[in-house]
Amino acid sequence: MRDVAVVGFTQSESVRRERDRNEVEILIPVIHELKTRAGITSEDLDFVCSGSSDYLAGAAFAFVSGLDAVGAWPPLCESHVEMDGAWALYEAWVKIQMGYADLALVYGFGKPSMGDLPLTMALQLDPYTTMPLWPDAVSIAALQARLCLEGGVLSERDMAEAAARDRRNALDNPNAQVAGDFRAEQILSEPYLVSPLRKHDCAPISDGASAVLLAAGDRAKEMCERPAWIRGIEHICEPQELGVRDLTRSRSTEIAAEKAGVGAGKVDVAELSAPFSHQEILVERALGLGSDTEVNPSGGALAGNPIMAVGLSRIGEAADRITKGSANRAVAHATSGPCLQQNLVCVLEG
Amino acid sequence: MSQESSLTAPHKMAYTYKRSLGPVLSRFATALRDRKILGARRADGTVMVPPKEYDPDTAAAIEELVEVGPAGVVKSWAWVGEPRAAQPLARPFAYALVQLDGADTPMVQVVDAGSEEAMKTGMRVTARWSDEATGMITDLSFVPVDGEA
Repeated sequence: MRDVAVVGFTQSESVRRERDRNEVEILIPVIHELKTRAGITSEDLDFVCSGSSDYLAGAAFAFVSGLDAVGAWPPLCESHVEMDGAWALYEAWVKIQMGYADLALVYGFGKPSMGDLPLTMALQLDPYTTMPLWPDAVSIAALQARLCLEGGVLSERDMAEAAARDRRNALDNPNAQVAGDFRAEQILSEPYLVSPLRKHDCAPISDGASAVLLAAGDRAKEMCERPAWIRGIEHICEPQELGVRDLTRSRSTEIAAEKAGVGAGKVDVAELSAPFSHQEILVERALGLGSDTEVNPSGGALAGNPIMAVGLSRIGEAADRITKGSANRAVAHATSGPCLQQNLVCVLEG
Repeated sequence: MSQESSLTAPHKMAYTYKRSLGPVLSRFATALRDRKILGARRADGTVMVPPKEYDPDTAAAIEELVEVGPAGVVKSWAWVGEPRAAQPLARPFAYALVQLDGADTPMVQVVDAGSEEAMKTGMRVTARWSDEATGMITDLSFVPVDGEA
């Protein structure tokens, strides 16, 4: 295996509605800042990979316009996944492992404010037996939350405490969308949005983008004083049909965590991308994190949720803490699909 | 450009393709038209509803379909107090995981219970068919079984 590290990370603010900028215009300053900080130009990039969803823009091949942010010249070796940018990072990591690249740019972007995101997410369900009923993403997550609550797996207070923790942590994150000195009691006194979920159990809807630079071996050491080395990365998918899964645990996160080697040492920091508070608890447990791990110092997805970039941003936030020296070992998590269907786990070390 | 003068345009998103349903879902859809619900018998003997073409655990092709329901049990539910225009009912309703009699897995469906107070995990519900069944999943919804809600 080649040593591969995150050597740069930039992100936009998470905002509810970018009124005047399209996706490319959100992306351009993010990628420009990343290249400027690293002192590179597009000619230095061996590979470029992006993650986005054409369903958000409502047009086939909408992702191609994102390439305008990298530049039309010189010609690029480029790829795209219709997934969160964390999976684009996985593809770039494989490309580097195979020896086809030493330096890769990965980015993710999404502008869900163009549509009704919870309803758009219904399109990922079975197109014949489920999607025509238009179960929105909040209702689908609520089915899972009730199973967890009534099964004694977690409590509404556990959920409120996870949400409050993330929003308090986000006070230190200038890119967060929802931050504040929240307390569990205050959240529990609020009405249900879609019972048993309250508004605060749900991640916000965010427009935004993020980008990461990956480099191999000596190239990484030249570019960064303290690269965040990827020591394990794995993603596992469960079946699409909700009824055949155990929704009260995240089995795919458990398997990915084991294969990525999460348990091989102390985890200083974990950045989780679960878009609902009960899911964050399931992921935290599936990763086997203990009380000595700081969870979501950035606030995680519950504080800012730029869909298709939010998972990549978790890898970036975790790597940033290693690069800046506040952590030696970090775990980042990304998710995709209904009720934590697919999960990616990445272990980073200084 | 100032925010006030931003141009906006409507954009309608639609799936503009037609495709055949394949050997398993064709039978499922045809049964819906006859007001029947079919599940898939898996190799281990359990019945999965809705059916899939392949067993999610073993990837074995599904061949046997069996009739299930029309009544079943609510395993979980979410109350939609303010339905969106696209959703099946204009009045508040529940999305629920309904496990039909004879099935081993629950399916996502609509329960028209009238009020959130009428919903309870473990309650029995039964199929309600649209006046004209067309072979779409939207032909089907569920209502509480009288006296058991």
